[in-house]
Amino acid sequence: MSHHLLEFHDVRFRYPDGTEALKGITFLITHGESVGIVGANGAGKSTMLLHMNGHLLPTSGTVTVGEVPLRKETRPDIRRKVGVVFQNPDDQLFMPTVFDDVAFGPLNLGLPPDRVRERVHEALRQVGALALADKPPHHLSGGEKSAVAIATVIAMEPDILVMDEPAASLDPKARRSVIRLLNGFRHSKIVASHDLDLILDVCARCLVIRDGAIVADGPAAEILSDATLLAENNLELPLTLQGRPAVERTRR
Amino acid sequence: MSFEAAYTGIDRLDRLSYGNTVVHRLDPRAKVVATMAFAVVVVSFPRYEVLSLLPCFLFPVLIAALADIPAGFIARKVAAVSPFAVFVGMFNPLFDPATVTIAPGVTVSAGWFSFASILVKFALTISAALLLIATTSFPGICRGLRRLGVPSLFVSQLLFLYRYLFVLTEEAMRVARARDMRSFGKRGTGVRVFVRIVGTLFLRTVERAERIYGAMLARGFRGEVPSMRREALRPSDAAFVLAAGSFFALCRYVPVPQTIGRLLRGLAG
Repeated sequence: MSHHLLEFHDVRFRYPDGTEALKGITFLITHGESVGIVGANGAGKSTMLLHMNGHLLPTSGTVTVGEVPLRKETRPDIRRKVGVVFQNPDDQLFMPTVFDDVAFGPLNLGLPPDRVRERVHEALRQVGALALADKPPHHLSGGEKSAVAIATVIAMEPDILVMDEPAASLDPKARRSVIRLLNGFRHSKIVASHDLDLILDVCARCLVIRDGAIVADGPAAEILSDATLLAENNLELPLTLQGRPAVERTRR
Repeated sequence: MSFEAAYTGIDRLDRLSYGNTVVHRLDPRAKVVATMAFAVVVVSFPRYEVLSLLPCFLFPVLIAALADIPAGFIARKVAAVSPFAVFVGMFNPLFDPATVTIAPGVTVSAGWFSFASILVKFALTISAALLLIATTSFPGICRGLRRLGVPSLFVSQLLFLYRYLFVLTEEAMRVARARDMRSFGKRGTGVRVFVRIVGTLFLRTVERAERIYGAMLARGFRGEVPSMRREALRPSDAAFVLAAGSFFALCRYVPVPQTIGRLLRGLAG
């Protein structure tokens, strides 16, 4: 499809304390793309994600989602199109039961109860958490919380799924199932993470951010195998590309 | 650590509410109304009344039995908060000048009766409230309150209190553990450190609240927490409220123990 789904044009953002977090970000994400965002701590990844659903508004420059430019008045529209999964599932899951939490978004969209029930069912099925529907979030394990947090957003059927560290603090098995889950989505995906193996597995394209600006934008396989570029950004080659035999590692 | 014990207590109360007994299945509204009526009736007994209150214990006992709630657990919880009631009533025996003859030659201050009455009323109302939570779940009660017409803002606050109570206590436990691990003897466990910990927890809570609000806005929150459960009241709910109500009225207006006593004396005579 030719129409641009998400466009940042020379976006700058200054926090009230004067820190300039974004210094002219420009990129274009089209339909069905999967894009990883990597960079050192404090490079501006989270600030960028917060612009995607209008939690923050650019100090200058424009953010456009579909045909809609991000402004204070258009935020509800934008939020319908862009679903953000925050890093800490405890912040994302605020309702007393998993079912109520997943239903929260669709109900706010004004859907009739039958449709809401369908959507909740479908979203929980997709993340493999149907059995958890009646549980309160505080009795879930970390992996279950992450899965449900993703379900709360996909139940709103957004055009773009934005995720901040979707697999942080998950055990390898839970992390693997999140990766499988992400690969199963037909949405456009934007994933910010330090887990470069995850980006490599999930994303076709990768942006590297440094000091609030984009320093590289290209195919993930290419960027994530550029050891020099990664080192300049406090990153390392993904483990799968390091080619170190496991035996050697244990001997050290 | 007593803090952790208190936490596991709340958690257990929460898990008990997953049960599926006759009592659990009743509509939250019916249980909320009955429990409130019970509290009002118990509190309305005259201040020196002790004996006539005793039949009221049948209500919590029956609920606990039907709902399969371990009575010992509820009793321990009641005992844990009882110091409040003890402090409220402990000076009554000293300051109440009236005396009562309870047996030939034995007179005590009437204050002992009002003290005992306070304790009994306390045990009755608290155990009923705990049983309400243990059989209805906190969110269930909130749903009931909302449908009984309590303002949405108020109910949302209660829901968040419940949801984040667990998150906050876990956070506090982690911080306390980190402190204990690096404090030796009395150093590190003093008041000054405690005050700072409370400050830190408060700041973290504010930041978390902001993140949660962001997550709510991201999912279209516009000021009202939506709910889609539309439970209809069943005949069993009405029967429960009616039965409970008549029982409370009986306890309140007929001095049951005295009547039984008179009956027995009548039989004997």
